Amino acid sequence: MIFKHLSKRMLPDEIMTFDEKYYNIGFIDQLSYKDTFVHRLDPRAKLIATLLFLFTVISFSKYELTALLPFFLYPALLMTIGEIPFMFIFKKIVLVSPFAVFIGIFNPFLDSGQVSIFQGLTISAGWLSFFSIMIKFTLTVSTALLLIATTSFPNVCHSLRQWGLPSLFVSQLSFLYRYIFVLMEEAMRIIRARNMRSYGKRGKGIRIFVRIVGILFVRTVERAERIYFAMLSRGFQGDMPSLKRFHIKTGDVIFVVSVAVFLYVFRFYPATQILGRYVQGVFS
Amino acid sequence: MSHHIVEFKNVSFCYPDGTKALRDISFRITHGESVGIIGANGAGKSTLLMHMNGYLMPTSGTVNIGDIYLTRQTRQEIRRKVGIVFQNPDDQLFMPTVYEDVAFGPLNLGMDENAVRERVEYALNLVSGLELQNKPPHHLSSGQKSAVAIAAVIAVEPDILAMDEPAANLDPKSRRLLINLLKTFEHSKIIASHDLDLIMDVCHRCIVIKEGAVVADGPVSEILTDKKLLEENNLELPLSLQRN
Repeated sequence: MIFKHLSKRMLPDEIMTFDEKYYNIGFIDQLSYKDTFVHRLDPRAKLIATLLFLFTVISFSKYELTALLPFFLYPALLMTIGEIPFMFIFKKIVLVSPFAVFIGIFNPFLDSGQVSIFQGLTISAGWLSFFSIMIKFTLTVSTALLLIATTSFPNVCHSLRQWGLPSLFVSQLSFLYRYIFVLMEEAMRIIRARNMRSYGKRGKGIRIFVRIVGILFVRTVERAERIYFAMLSRGFQGDMPSLKRFHIKTGDVIFVVSVAVFLYVFRFYPATQILGRYVQGVFS
Repeated sequence: MSHHIVEFKNVSFCYPDGTKALRDISFRITHGESVGIIGANGAGKSTLLMHMNGYLMPTSGTVNIGDIYLTRQTRQEIRRKVGIVFQNPDDQLFMPTVYEDVAFGPLNLGMDENAVRERVEYALNLVSGLELQNKPPHHLSSGQKSAVAIAAVIAVEPDILAMDEPAANLDPKSRRLLINLLKTFEHSKIIASHDLDLIMDVCHRCIVIKEGAVVADGPVSEILTDKKLLEENNLELPLSLQRN
């Protein structure tokens, strides 16, 4: 709640960038604890569906454009049912889009073949493949983001554990998740204290930065010691106990099967063309 | 019953860097007693608590918890008897959700899942935090964190409850709730704190520590009214007594 509140408020100048990053992570974390149909799905079901989706989208040829469009239905549905704000996902996609743009931007110059899209209208094949890359990028990144935004991290850890990942590895992950917020808050306090007394430019040099990192490290080691003590005092003897919490429900199976059917249909049948011809038939 | 006793006999402790943290400390806390441990900053309160759990071993002297002498071999058994609540709940709540955190101790005792669930619900209910069970600790307020930290320790059903500054970082209402909660516990309680009003409300006996040694040990009504003794130890009369 606190995170949500703060992330909506615009934080003023560049001094606050660290805070902003912090609340941004806090916001995506907050989203993952909502209680909707999508959030309640078994994390394993969601992961399988997402992987199927990614492979299907990537498997299209590099000149494919129209056949990709129906696939926007999947992220759109996840976003609506999972109550994830559109602008949040959109901003994230725009943020990472330069990578995809750089991958595809030379295609129009290198691939100069002509392709006709409508009668009498042709464009270069390079542009076609560029837009195809951009659409694939948008589809894959948005579904990946939606997976993160609708699955809380403890749930992800649980399903990893049930998939047979070593418990040591999974407990490392859950400790990371638990303490990343504590550590970031600690860093934020130190950075605030520095900014408050550096009055402008001085005190922001690399030497001070190195010292701050050093202090953070020492504090982290001390905290780790206290945590270990707390674990010992509650009977920790080297093994992290785990609880079996997830059982695949019929809802999960229905979800995965319907996603698979949807993907299969739109992958192997030219659904958009059939629909297009049908519409043409109606109008002519 | 004598098996809930805590007995320190001539305990001294020296940190590896040479700091003498405890000097020849002796006291005996019997079943069901609640004892406040007070003293200036750095007097050795936290070091003392760490001996009750075998996290630190005395350099000389003996620690006897419920008729078991503290050695490296008996540490695990003693940890089951003494539950320690630490000053900073962030250090204590290390699991990703509240439920898992409270379940950590009982699971380590090898209990099966249904028994664990009962214990967790009982413990969370006691601190009125049952509705927090699926939350991650970083979404809790300080008061809620403290409550959950106490629940996590109670879930193991220790005989003796030791707390380090339980009311630090709490707002007055959360502090009052904590005091009322502590009063209902029948465990032997050992509370290290600077909050003398809390000690006056919860404890019957008080031990004053100065530079690692016991300088006074007696009923709360005597020690917390001794202005001279308190001021020598960087403390002052409890606020509730200052008004009169």
